[in-house]
Amino acid sequence: MTDSTTFPSTYPAAGVGIATRGMSLEEPLLFESSRPGAVGYSLPKADVPDCDPASVLPDEFLREDIPNFPELSEPEVVRHFTRMSTWNAAVDLGLYPLGSCTMKYNPKVNERVARLSGFANTHPLQAQELSQGLLGSMMDLSEYLAEVAGFDHVTLQPAAGAQGELAGVMMIRAYHEARGEQRTKILIPDTAHGTNPASAALNGYDTISIPTGDDGILHPEAIEPLMGPDVAGLMITNPNTLGLFEENLVEIAKIVHNQGGLIYGDGANLNALMGIARPGDLGIDVMHFNLHKTFTTPHGGGGPGSGPVGIKAHLEPFLPKPVLRTHEDGGVFLDNDRPQSIGRLHGNLGNVGMMTRALTYIRFMGPDGLKRSTEMAVLNANYVAARLKDRFVLATGDRPVMHECVFSDEHLEGTDVTTMDVAKRLIDYGYHPPTTYFPLIVHGALMIEPTESESRESLDCFIAALLAIDDEARRDPGLLHKAPHNTRLTRLDETRAARKPILRWSPGSGE
Amino acid sequence: MAYNPHTDADVASMLEVIGQPSIEALFRNLPEKIRLQQDLALPSALSEQEILEELEARAAHNANLSNYTYFLGAGTYPHFSPSAVDSLISRSEFYTAYTPYQPEISQGSLQAIFEWQTMITMLTGLDAANASLYDGASAAAEAALMALRVKRGRKKVVVAGLHPHYREVLDTYLAALGVEIVTVPYTKDGRAQAIADFVDDQTACVLIQQPNFLGCVEDVQLAAQAVQEAGALLVGVVTEALSMALLRPLGELGADIVCGEAQSFGLPMNFGGPHLGFMATRSKFLRQMPGRLVGETVDLRGKRGFVLTLSTREQHIRREKATSNICTNQGLCLLMATIYLSLMGRQGLQKLARLNFSKAEYAKQRVRETAGLDLPLSAPSFNEFVIRVPDSAEAALLRAQENQLIGGLDLTAYSNKIDKTDDFDLGPAVLVCFTELAKREDIDRLCQALAGDDA
Repeated sequence: MTDSTTFPSTYPAAGVGIATRGMSLEEPLLFESSRPGAVGYSLPKADVPDCDPASVLPDEFLREDIPNFPELSEPEVVRHFTRMSTWNAAVDLGLYPLGSCTMKYNPKVNERVARLSGFANTHPLQAQELSQGLLGSMMDLSEYLAEVAGFDHVTLQPAAGAQGELAGVMMIRAYHEARGEQRTKILIPDTAHGTNPASAALNGYDTISIPTGDDGILHPEAIEPLMGPDVAGLMITNPNTLGLFEENLVEIAKIVHNQGGLIYGDGANLNALMGIARPGDLGIDVMHFNLHKTFTTPHGGGGPGSGPVGIKAHLEPFLPKPVLRTHEDGGVFLDNDRPQSIGRLHGNLGNVGMMTRALTYIRFMGPDGLKRSTEMAVLNANYVAARLKDRFVLATGDRPVMHECVFSDEHLEGTDVTTMDVAKRLIDYGYHPPTTYFPLIVHGALMIEPTESESRESLDCFIAALLAIDDEARRDPGLLHKAPHNTRLTRLDETRAARKPILRWSPGSGE
Repeated sequence: MAYNPHTDADVASMLEVIGQPSIEALFRNLPEKIRLQQDLALPSALSEQEILEELEARAAHNANLSNYTYFLGAGTYPHFSPSAVDSLISRSEFYTAYTPYQPEISQGSLQAIFEWQTMITMLTGLDAANASLYDGASAAAEAALMALRVKRGRKKVVVAGLHPHYREVLDTYLAALGVEIVTVPYTKDGRAQAIADFVDDQTACVLIQQPNFLGCVEDVQLAAQAVQEAGALLVGVVTEALSMALLRPLGELGADIVCGEAQSFGLPMNFGGPHLGFMATRSKFLRQMPGRLVGETVDLRGKRGFVLTLSTREQHIRREKATSNICTNQGLCLLMATIYLSLMGRQGLQKLARLNFSKAEYAKQRVRETAGLDLPLSAPSFNEFVIRVPDSAEAALLRAQENQLIGGLDLTAYSNKIDKTDDFDLGPAVLVCFTELAKREDIDRLCQALAGDDA
């Protein structure tokens, strides 16, 4: 039913990847393969007397057992997870054009550096004088990030972009409060990531959605009537999620600033700007970085991320604490004496293991390398747009795109095929699908961010796959409805999962 | 440029397809006046070899497990991690994937999360766990936010025994919400004062840390009664996850939410991050839980598979009405912990917890026998407790440091962050932890060093 003969005969044989199932091994849940008495651990010989907890703690304070917890040997555990790993798509396996996520190559040297014992095996509360190599590295990274994006200070503490956003909006709130102003609203374009309104709401702000212009960017006329003394600021992503540079940003920032508001920048798309333009020079007062997007720390199957925040000098008093400071003697220390700080966001200093990776990347690339990365990322997105625009409908018309391009589902008119079908069919050709149905203002959006890591050959294969799928959509739509065919599992029933949630294994629940 | 595949010929041919004369022309929509006119002022590029030379030298400047013995915990615990853990998470099918939005090609990540969720329910004694949060501190803050949603209208949060940094994060997260945060002080034996005296019909939840920040095991059952009577939720907070293998599950003792830090499960200390926040709750509160959830389902052929589910709670769907703004979690960290827990297993985890406990009890005995040292708190502990030193905490820790020992946390520095009853007095004290990494002779040396000339 799913062998290669299901591929159409007109399928372009040369230059297109086809995903095949290869040797895909089944693997039950840990709990189902568990066998009482199997041992995957080895403990050091006890060099102190064994002490029965019951001699110190009342019985009702103690656990008797961990029923059903797995028991497996090391080779079984290793096979379990190795087999499962083969069920994942990943950047190291192929193009992963997930828009707005910047799935670029994660250099191996980053991993080696992060695992150095002097970085990885250190305690956040050990004496600062015993941690100067790390604190100095963190200081360097914060200065490099400030330079790349044009800010006066950078805090590294937020654990991910969304926490960086939270910190940024909190600093905006603290800034207004310190000036004795109670502002209640925040402006957010209709193309924004969902984290933007969620972060604003956590700060008690009402969000006001701003319509994007027909040309895909924001216009001063849309901001002007909404901006007033009750508005704390504007949250903006630049380039925006349509992949367009916000050409009116400087003018918009003036309008917001004139009324006492501040501009928050969502730095998710910084990969389009390195060495070309700096958000801080465009009027943005505060912006988060995503080290896992722009600065090649791995996405890890969904984290850990790292979301440093850059700010202009007027927000400095409000930085989360502790703040990294350089002592006169050159040493770096943590300053907790910050009376106007928004406070602490992380139990320690943030995701330091991601910081050492990002630092490694910046040192490897240098200023020219970072700029070249941006240029190649933009070249790749424009190449995909140019090759596909005659068959697919660009949501942004003829405007030059930056690091990603967004298509609507207009080209599917007259078929009963959806963007989701196209996305799922791409899997059969060996590609992770692009971001779908986002931004929300584009009908059936397909958002492609190739990143600079892809060669022309790689993009040509991907484009050929998309064109082949577009043929299939007309000739054999059923093929798309049921795609993917060549994966270990076919399309999964998400409605069923949500209707009666099964969120854990229970004894006797297996197949 | 090693990471960019384009040759000059590629660039030229691609520009031709695009119909632009130069790379520069791709940026023609950027107004000239806002373009960066100079090169970024960053140090010039290094080769991989040079970077390693430079950063290895910097790493060598830090105290770490290879040149010091650690007795410092306080939220970040030195433990051993089996080799298979790092080996398996180094498979780039795991670490170069993203959030499993496309389940057909993310089953590896999804099944691991489902296994993690299951193990966390077993350790906490609750019904459902999420796919992780940033760290223990933000997990505690998210738990308080969750309780405030469940108990809509109530505006008071009570905390007991909470790590001072967790408390600070809680303050930050709740700052805009007009919520009163009340602290239960420590009593003489190191445990929280009676919770009943602090809860009322305005209390949304009580956060109680187990063991508490000073290492003492709290009577959670007693607290649960008081909390239930007030109609509030009880949130159990755990900073040393290994304790869950020895102590009775907090869910069984009456906690409605259990959250905390799971760094102890195979993650390196990493100077404090990335770590691994976890959270579990009862089924009835599931829809107020923050973060990603993975659920079981079937594919078109009826085969079992896993998907992200209940996403209507989340920011990408609900936007400003979401349960949290969290997007990315700590995926690779939860994978590490899942692998670690699989290897340790039912027996190993309990044996390891008992070994930690035994090391700490041995250390207590040594403290009792060492002139100049004292145990100011009488409540039982797991693997961490307070030692009173003869002179000052700072001096005692410096003596330890001279012996290549990271001797614990200087509690004097935290004294203004520890609420206490009048009869509670630690004196000069350090918070010290004893894991499987602490060898008997090192424990002996530590006691000598902390005691100094008095020994």
